[in-house]
Amino acid sequence: MKFFRLVSAGLILGLTLSACTAAESNTQEETKLSGSISIDGSSTVFPITELVAEDFNSENNDVQITVGFSGTGGGFTKFAAKEIEVAGASRPIKTAEADAATAAGIEFIELMVAYDGLSVVVAKDNAWLDYLTIEELAKLYGPEATATKWSEIREGFPETEIKLYSPGHDSGTFDYFTEAVNGKGGLIRQDNETVKIFFSEDDNALVTGVAGDAGSIGYFGFAYYEENADKLKLVPIQKDDAPITPSFETISNSSYPLSRPLFIYVNKESLAREEVNAFVTFYLENAGELASEVGYVALPDALYAEALAKLD
Amino acid sequence: MKKKKTYLQESIIQMILALFASISILTTIGIVFSLLFESVIFFNEVSIIEFFTTIRWAPVFDPPSFGVLPLISGTLLIAVLSSMVSLPLGLGSAIYLSEFASSKARKLIKPILELLAGVPSIVYGYFALTFITPLLRTFLPQTEIFNALSASIAVGIMTLPMVASLSEDAMMAVPNSIRQGAYALGSTQLEVSTHVIVPAAFSGIASSFVLAISRAIGETMIVAIAAGQTPSMALNPLGSIQTMTGFMVNMALGDIQQGSIEFKTVFVVGMVLFIITLIMNLIAKKIIARNREVYA
Amino acid sequence: MTRYQKKLRMRHFYNQAFKILLFIVIALSLIVLITLLFDIFKKGFQTLTWDFLTSMPSGRATRAGILPSLVGSLVLIALTALISIPLGVGTAIYLELYANKRSRFFKLLQLNIANLAGVPSIVYGILGLAIFSQLLKLGPSLIVGSITLSLLILPVIIVSSSEAIKAVPSSIIDGSYALGVTRWKTITGVILPMALPGIMTGSILALSRAMGEAAPLIMVGAVGFVTFLPDNLLSRYSALPLIVFNWTSRPQAAFAQIAASGIMVMMIILLITNLTAIIIRNKTQSRID
Repeated sequence: MKFFRLVSAGLILGLTLSACTAAESNTQEETKLSGSISIDGSSTVFPITELVAEDFNSENNDVQITVGFSGTGGGFTKFAAKEIEVAGASRPIKTAEADAATAAGIEFIELMVAYDGLSVVVAKDNAWLDYLTIEELAKLYGPEATATKWSEIREGFPETEIKLYSPGHDSGTFDYFTEAVNGKGGLIRQDNETVKIFFSEDDNALVTGVAGDAGSIGYFGFAYYEENADKLKLVPIQKDDAPITPSFETISNSSYPLSRPLFIYVNKESLAREEVNAFVTFYLENAGELASEVGYVALPDALYAEALAKLD
Repeated sequence: MKKKKTYLQESIIQMILALFASISILTTIGIVFSLLFESVIFFNEVSIIEFFTTIRWAPVFDPPSFGVLPLISGTLLIAVLSSMVSLPLGLGSAIYLSEFASSKARKLIKPILELLAGVPSIVYGYFALTFITPLLRTFLPQTEIFNALSASIAVGIMTLPMVASLSEDAMMAVPNSIRQGAYALGSTQLEVSTHVIVPAAFSGIASSFVLAISRAIGETMIVAIAAGQTPSMALNPLGSIQTMTGFMVNMALGDIQQGSIEFKTVFVVGMVLFIITLIMNLIAKKIIARNREVYA
Repeated sequence: MTRYQKKLRMRHFYNQAFKILLFIVIALSLIVLITLLFDIFKKGFQTLTWDFLTSMPSGRATRAGILPSLVGSLVLIALTALISIPLGVGTAIYLELYANKRSRFFKLLQLNIANLAGVPSIVYGILGLAIFSQLLKLGPSLIVGSITLSLLILPVIIVSSSEAIKAVPSSIIDGSYALGVTRWKTITGVILPMALPGIMTGSILALSRAMGEAAPLIMVGAVGFVTFLPDNLLSRYSALPLIVFNWTSRPQAAFAQIAASGIMVMMIILLITNLTAIIIRNKTQSRID
């Protein structure tokens, strides 16, 4: 009898205690996020999104996240088809794409997340190229360009043959560069009879290309220069007063003329979901720091605050 | 009673198999439909004549130029150059394995060759860019860093196992009686291989050739990395080119707006590619049918 | 020396020269392969650790692992084999042994298949996306990836199986019929066993190709970063070639490093599948007399 009473007392005590802790952890579990988020889009934005998703998931491991890289165009198509909640883009959304989304009943928000500093590079042992103006870049890459030797670009440059390297026609980098240098996206030197112009999809291949010839010049994201600084030389670009060298500071404060914004587009309806809202907030709060891990540049804090405000 | 049951069983099996076979037709219909649909819309805006006669391919430039000939020339260049590597080397390897190598050697070498086919094309692409190209540049200094030859060699190496393995299977299947008969008549191994075995196995060998060339035409990654993405009409193996498939993958996975006319070029170029391979296969079929030998 | 002896000498000389030439050819192919493999091995060996195989992907190269991609690829290959081999061999059997070879349907079918072999993989991606993912509403799922890959490699399996079946001497087939064996039993008991080596070769080559494809999978919705392993046919998934493709396009050398490890894993899986099929092939291949 005594034993029985002891046991039941113990049981009751035990149950009460566990009920208390259960109640506590219940309230904890109630605030734990769960669900799934699908993201796709530009392969340029992918590295940042991947880091954000990884860190978010380690704090909220009931939220399943997938991130694809089928391209900015593909991302917008999937976005309009409601297959994904967030689309990463290395260029702003085009009117037709926005219309497609609206037609599908989607309201979206555009959020800037980082800068990508487009760097113009030449081979490391190129000793004579000190800087280039935007006009000189146009003399190389512009639609009316005819120069075939560097001496035609500026007096004092040697007679070396010009070899132009560029990302492929379908990339956001190409689009941005041609717009910044030639005035309109897609506007580029037409003749490839007299000058050698090489396109490639793969930025690592472009690095090999530019590094291999004395007269070559190319452009791509800053991260690709950074990782290959032993083979390449950075070219400061002058737009107004003085040549500016791309660096974290000059890209961030936009004094470097060729820094382009990277975006994510979020479906407003899905923002109503707790986990998506938390994710996008987390993204904007941490993009600055995480972007620099992969060679991109943080926006000024004010811009992040502005973006966060858009979420309310 | 049993006869009726077996007859029914046979009919059902035949129907099921016919259904399986129809899948390939359905696939073709699906492909043609997906491609044709968008191509028709495209040709409403761009004239067919312009498409096939202009010699500049620049759909995303301003102003755009929609001449597909440079892409076709790029694809042809790769197909021809890579065949010059894969067909002779593949056939040679097959003859060696089938007629000369010991059974042990054959069992060892054949799987190793097949491994070559499984190496991911990205690896071949970078191999071409970082190993073959510098090698070429030491012998031919005017070779560009992005060049068609380097990519073709890599594509040839990749498709070599297809030719070698399938041709070798075809040669192994030639009845030994024929082989022994030729040897009994005093022929050397060379003569038996080239005058007896290869003609006998012609159908299988030719099929392997066609498969390899088809694969070369459809190869994307190697060319994209090692030969660049520059459309060019000049059939210059030492320069950069763009193939039809290379262009298609770029656009499909790139940043271009997907509803636009520029994007529809993906489907149109796909359609052209489909037609070209169709013509090639028709020709190959005729050649094979004419030269096939059947041995009881 | 008689004219005959002179000619005999020449013929023997050519024979020897031919032998040496062929030996060089084979040696060349093997050297290339060994160079390639050695290169990959050298680069990828250091980071091919147990952690690498069992970790989830990460944006930080030192922590990144391939577990979901590995599982995804293995499941994809298994599913693809399950779909494409029966379909492919079945079609070959129909074409070679049942169909009326003079009919237009037959000729159309043959031309079709040969043509499909040359269609670039991205077109299969477009097809898979338009029809299976969107029209049939299967979404960016594992099954759509397998179907797309199966359609891609189907022509190779059909062609090589057809050739293998064609090569079975008709004397043996006729002998079987003469004994009163029904067509299907002849096929399963006589023809398929004899054609098995060729069928295996074709399947090996085809599946190796499927293993390495990234572009069509990207189009049908396979992703690069996942936080979970695929657990059903409709789930989102990643695959090895995709993640390798992404890592090789990154500028950081650390990613090139783990990409090499990823490629090594792909090659090892390839080796295992090839070896299995080869064992089957070796056990069943015999020179026909």
